[in-house]
Amino acid sequence: MLLNPAIMALVMVSAVICLMLLLASWFAVRVLSHWDINSGSERQLRLERRTYLISTLLVWAFSFQLMSLLLFIYNAESMSGQFVGAMCATGVLNVNAWGWPTLFLKMGVFFTGAVWLVLNYLDNQGHDYPLIRYKYWLILAILPLVAAELILQLLYFTNMDPAVITSCCGALFSSQSEGVAGEISGLPPAQMMPGFVLLGAAVILSGVWVAKRRQGGWLFALLGGAAFIVALMSVVSFISLYIYEHPHHHCPFCILKSGHDYIGYLLYLPLFAATALALSVGVISPWRKITSLTLAVDRIVPRLSWIAVVFFSLFYLVAAWSVWTSHLTMTGVWW
Amino acid sequence: MLLFLRKQKYLIDYTLSSLLRRKGKSLGLLAVYTTIVFMLASVTLFTHALRKEAGLMLQASPEIIVQRMQAGRHAMIPADYLQRIGRLRGVMQKAGRLWGYYYDPIVKANYTIMTEGQSDTPLTEIVIGTGIARVQGLDVGDYLTLRSQSGEAFSFQISALLENDSELVSADLLLMSPKAFRRLFSIPEGFYTDLVLSVRNPREVNKVAEKLSQLLPDTRPILRDEVLRTYESVFSWRQGILFVLLLGSVLAFVIFAWDKASGLSAEERREIGILKAVGWETADVMRMKFWEGMVISLTAFLIGYLAAYGHVFFASASLFEPVLKGWSVLYPQFRLTPYVDGLQLATLFFFSVLPYIVATIIPIWRTSIADPDAVMR
Amino acid sequence: MLIQLKDIKKVYNQGKPNEFQAIRGVSMAFEPNRVSCIKGSSGSGKTTLLSMIGCLSRPTSGRIQLGEQVISSLPERFLTDVRRHTFGFIFQRFNLIPGLSVLENVMLPAYPLGLPYKKLVDAARRLLQQFNLASKADNPIEWLSGGESQRVAICRALINDPKILIADEPTANLDSKLSNEFMQLIAELRQSGRTVLLTSHDPEVFDSTVVDRVVEMRDGVVLADVG
Repeated sequence: MLLNPAIMALVMVSAVICLMLLLASWFAVRVLSHWDINSGSERQLRLERRTYLISTLLVWAFSFQLMSLLLFIYNAESMSGQFVGAMCATGVLNVNAWGWPTLFLKMGVFFTGAVWLVLNYLDNQGHDYPLIRYKYWLILAILPLVAAELILQLLYFTNMDPAVITSCCGALFSSQSEGVAGEISGLPPAQMMPGFVLLGAAVILSGVWVAKRRQGGWLFALLGGAAFIVALMSVVSFISLYIYEHPHHHCPFCILKSGHDYIGYLLYLPLFAATALALSVGVISPWRKITSLTLAVDRIVPRLSWIAVVFFSLFYLVAAWSVWTSHLTMTGVWW
Repeated sequence: MLLFLRKQKYLIDYTLSSLLRRKGKSLGLLAVYTTIVFMLASVTLFTHALRKEAGLMLQASPEIIVQRMQAGRHAMIPADYLQRIGRLRGVMQKAGRLWGYYYDPIVKANYTIMTEGQSDTPLTEIVIGTGIARVQGLDVGDYLTLRSQSGEAFSFQISALLENDSELVSADLLLMSPKAFRRLFSIPEGFYTDLVLSVRNPREVNKVAEKLSQLLPDTRPILRDEVLRTYESVFSWRQGILFVLLLGSVLAFVIFAWDKASGLSAEERREIGILKAVGWETADVMRMKFWEGMVISLTAFLIGYLAAYGHVFFASASLFEPVLKGWSVLYPQFRLTPYVDGLQLATLFFFSVLPYIVATIIPIWRTSIADPDAVMR
Repeated sequence: MLIQLKDIKKVYNQGKPNEFQAIRGVSMAFEPNRVSCIKGSSGSGKTTLLSMIGCLSRPTSGRIQLGEQVISSLPERFLTDVRRHTFGFIFQRFNLIPGLSVLENVMLPAYPLGLPYKKLVDAARRLLQQFNLASKADNPIEWLSGGESQRVAICRALINDPKILIADEPTANLDSKLSNEFMQLIAELRQSGRTVLLTSHDPEVFDSTVVDRVVEMRDGVVLADVG
């Protein structure tokens, strides 16, 4: 399977990202061990210049990471024709045990990467590099994640056996099936829906609160994370049903297909962007206590919060719209 | 936001004028870059279109083909097997097919012969693909002589040529009546090459195949979906092989790009020095260089991709002809149906633009950290 | 804006065999709205000193204060920001970019600030008008004479409306007539409320009546400070 060009591209990108992070980490360690902001020595000047390289490497690495996440899902979708029993990405991810972990790891790296970029941006606003130690340690923490993703992905692609009959969304996401996916699919929409709506309202309100008052960033991040998870569960539990207009089709990937007007992208992209921003707000708002960053935090936090609020609203509007315009009526069944 | 956009606009303006000032160097890079994109894009577009074409072709073919096996080899199947199959749940239609290959020693080519029509179709009329017509210099009304199994020569009058649209499939195709086919190849009545079954409900295909192998133990059922799956992986595998071959040139391109980005002329170095001295910051210079890369990448990608598109869909991938001709003397002069998808574009991007960006990160950084006071020394 | 230097040192190639102390402890202050000239032979450290004052480089140790702000320990990002809004530079070789028009060369320092285009062009044209170069605005820079190039360099130095003008050996490439004209322009700049710092070993400059103060340097230390 490694000779499929899209797979080659994915493996190559992961390897490149891993290399870039390795390079950045190496420089970061050098910077951390000799850093002395008060010195005007040539070495300090060299190290300060090196921070530009580290930032650039990581900006690109994390942009590539985002693209690779998209390509990974898109590729899984398009490979569904090559496996017996696979109708969409779910089936392809189910081909072996590594598919889902790879996807979740990619998502994890995406979120940590986004947070790192915001942290880096904030640090660049302070004239004394106040966060340099934290952000460079964070790179060292992200590196194993990226390496793990590279390995898992390689395992996933090399262990793809076209002879294996995989189970697709119909089997995995059904209330009868075992495991997490089955449990989520079996969640009663009558309870899921109010939770989804309430958490949505809470996260948007807390976002507006943070944007206006510049405090409570951690709460916004917490709610954002929770809203993200509940939103994904809700997509499986009931939103997808309305999109497919089918009372038992719970798949979170089929909504990405052209047959459903690619509405999945309209749901996922704002959701992911909003969650990344909300998490970043949570991570940067505590640094307001550092004098050289107070002004910057006061400027950046509201801005990011507003954008996050807009994206969250967009997600909830699209979700509401797809439920509203659906021909599926479950009122008699669920209520 | 507006401020940010205006800054970027100034940087892009500057980078454009600086690219134009160094036409030679920019054009050299652009040419190599475009070639890389062109080659990769040609391969992807071509194999994708072939795969699509094959898929479309198979779409029309029956769900199940039953072949009789004898001593591990394909053998003629008796017509009464159709009766032996009897009524299977889900099978909508069943029929026997006659087809085969004919080697023409004059042009050293294999024709695919299929049968068409009922027993009342005139014995001596055939329809041929344009590939055969071209090689033999034939047209409608002309005669084509084929030697039969028993050594006799049969002359057929050509009643029509197959349409160009499907030439990829039909270049080497020859259609004749079943009766003529049996005469030509000495196949007795009551035997077919294989049987075809059509099954409406895809879920029932596997069940039907299972029953068939019980009913007719000396046959093997070939499922269309299985063929499709094989095609899918074979085509992506072929494409992969070509990509691996091209990877060498991508690597060469990476080295070239690295070299171009780090080997700045004295004049360019001075220019960066001046920019830094008059108030550009390292990040500004890096952003300016980033835009330079974007401008070059976009241009190369666009030109390379469009050229590949023209090459594959209008010029019938003529550059690949010598390679592909190995298949058959009757190289089809086909027009592929244009087919573009996002995955293809993304893959292409990852194989061309991404290597370029990665290759230039460190050289750009090295250029950009020039001392602002260097021009005073 | 008052410029204060305290025990400034600058070492190149620190810790290596070719270690070189360019500045060995300089403390002084420059008052606003005056023309000061640092004189000395090449290698005396005058250019290095000027580049540190002008935020082009950072001292190895010591403290530079610009008005209320300590700039000696700012990272490059912020130094550049201070520099863009405070200093204008005229270099010995005019350091104009060939292939660009006169107007574009003048606007160059303002690009990273992202001003509206029209505003920027208007400002640049006004400056060119003021220095009698309006008719040449759209010419390539290569078509200009030495004196004209010098005036373009001045325009470029003034585009961000800096408080302090720094000129490093500005007359080295000019004949005495043009040098005189240049000093007249400096006088006008002081008139308009700017501080000017020059380096030179040209008597035409440091003996000029326009210069209020002459600092003499040798081997990285101040020898004399007159005026």
